[in-house]
Amino acid sequence: MVKLTEWRGKEIFRRYGIPLPRGRVVRSAEEALAGTESGDIPLPCVIKAQVLAGGRGKGGAVRFASTPAEAAEAARAILGLEFKGETVKELLLEEKLPIARELYVAFTLDRAARVPILIVSAQGGVEIESVADSELLRLPIHPFAGLTGYEKRRATRALGLSGPQAKSLDGLLDRLWRAFQHEDAELVEVNPLAVVGDGVMALDAKVSIEDDATFRHPEYADIRDDRTPLEEVAREKGIAFVQLEGNIGVIANGAGLTMATLDVLQQFGGRPGVFLDLGGTDDPAKVTEAFLLMARAKPAAVFLNIFGGVTRCDTVARGLVDAIRQVPDSEKFPLIARIRGNNEEEGIAILRSAGITSLHELEESAKAAVAAAKGAA
Amino acid sequence: MSVLVDNDTRVLVQGITGHQGTVHTVQMLKFGTKVVAGATPGKGGSMVEGVPVFDSVEEAVAKTGANATSIFVPAPFAKDALLEAVDAGIRLAVIVTEHIPFHDMLTMYHYARLRGARIIGPNCPGIAAPGKAKVGIIPNVVFWPGRVGVISRSGTLTYEIVSGIKEVGLGQSTCIGLGGDPVVGTNFVDALPLFEADPETDAIVLVGEIGGTAEEEAAEYISRHTEKPVVAYIAGHSAPPGKRMGHAGAIIARGRGTAESKVAALEAAGAKVARFPYEIPGLVRDILSAPRHP
Repeated sequence: MVKLTEWRGKEIFRRYGIPLPRGRVVRSAEEALAGTESGDIPLPCVIKAQVLAGGRGKGGAVRFASTPAEAAEAARAILGLEFKGETVKELLLEEKLPIARELYVAFTLDRAARVPILIVSAQGGVEIESVADSELLRLPIHPFAGLTGYEKRRATRALGLSGPQAKSLDGLLDRLWRAFQHEDAELVEVNPLAVVGDGVMALDAKVSIEDDATFRHPEYADIRDDRTPLEEVAREKGIAFVQLEGNIGVIANGAGLTMATLDVLQQFGGRPGVFLDLGGTDDPAKVTEAFLLMARAKPAAVFLNIFGGVTRCDTVARGLVDAIRQVPDSEKFPLIARIRGNNEEEGIAILRSAGITSLHELEESAKAAVAAAKGAA
Repeated sequence: MSVLVDNDTRVLVQGITGHQGTVHTVQMLKFGTKVVAGATPGKGGSMVEGVPVFDSVEEAVAKTGANATSIFVPAPFAKDALLEAVDAGIRLAVIVTEHIPFHDMLTMYHYARLRGARIIGPNCPGIAAPGKAKVGIIPNVVFWPGRVGVISRSGTLTYEIVSGIKEVGLGQSTCIGLGGDPVVGTNFVDALPLFEADPETDAIVLVGEIGGTAEEEAAEYISRHTEKPVVAYIAGHSAPPGKRMGHAGAIIARGRGTAESKVAALEAAGAKVARFPYEIPGLVRDILSAPRHP
């Protein structure tokens, strides 16, 4: 999932004709000063940190300014802030508008019903998780019929809009629905959707794009604001790699087996630190790369748990032995291996020739990994 | 009988000329499956591992009587492949292809449903009935014919569990790997009644994982409609909230879809829930050897 910051989300909204406040992105206090002085950014204005985490208002990442000097000062104060693990590098400066009401609208996927869903609420401007279920209207949208007139009328009634404001909402819903479908979004959320004068306007934008759709949306492929550097390297190599808090590295194949392995480690007092899902591979070089990537994360011990189905045990063993030869002595760590399944005997023999024992049971091997990590710590 | 596939299943392989398509055609044949045709546009008239290849699904069905398909074509072309198969009269499609955008899958699912066709997957291991037929990529080695039905959202973890079931001397009636994507053609609630109705299945193993609410919905279904004993396992107890664990589906959000909520729901529905995968075979054996209620 590619999560987009507000301004990137609004760039999409703009392309679809969704009404937005006037303003622009700046990356320095000087730009903020120049933009407000030139009238590019109308005053008074709001200055918002462009980070992915929510709760910016309460967290001091949103400020207001009435003069260019104030805008520059606010920009200087927010740029470089650490906000929930993200460093603020960009700000969005927008005109401050007279807001009559704050509403909520979003399109996302209802996995259980296997249809897109429109969610609206008259309680906008707050975290939607905190809004009571009775205050939310959920309308399943059939993908073949698309968003219909009567569904939009229901949404309009639920939001208590009429006249020109209702007409404005009608247009916005059509545009937002098109953006959701055509951009392959997992979520398009407007919170708050502001009632300003005779119309409605998107004051914020939360958009996430589905990873799997990057073949028809290459423009999103390079936007990765929520990964660690090692996670980024792994992605480029096609390996699922996630960094957690603990110290045991886990290499497994398949998401389910990887998660089960983490569960068992934790049960025996271990703390998984990095996990790496090889997926289905029949390429020893990929196993080698994965293992070397793991070494860079400096785990106290590594537990390799492979069940060969599509993947063959001998392939994994070959890649592993090759990798171990390449890990410098200073970065060596204890390795506990368990490889089962397709071509198991051959894989175990290859490991044995390199001095690695493959354990048979998940329970005993997990315990061994936990003990090894404690010994190394 | 078995579930969805049997000795009359005649399998088409869409994308048979690709690497994965060819590899798994061989494996399906070794399993004893009747793989009757392949389809790859522009490759009609050729043969792959003794299987005739056609340019279109329509032609493959007309010439060979194929009644199920396994789709191996790359994600950008998967939607077209599925729609073509459904329009040619195929009523069971196993989609192995991964990384299909869910917006495409929504169209595929609803189209298939309107035409009365069933999709397994996408991004799934497929379906296997030992001694009869296999459609998909589930490894042959782990299977043994028997009376345990397996329904799972995972791939490799399923193989591990099925292999454990074999080690305690039991086998499977049918095993279905549903796939872990956000939108799947067949979910637990769709699959449970098939096993409940299957006279060759005595017990059902359900393998779930965190994310989504498919297991909670399964629990609700089981409590109302499933008489056969169910043993369940949920992967992902230790997963941190908000971290993506590989499957697009395995994301915990807003306290829903956690391992705890799934385990609680399944236990309340009367399922035996294993804390770890290696406990499953023992639980199944105990249930099947216990005296039946009158």
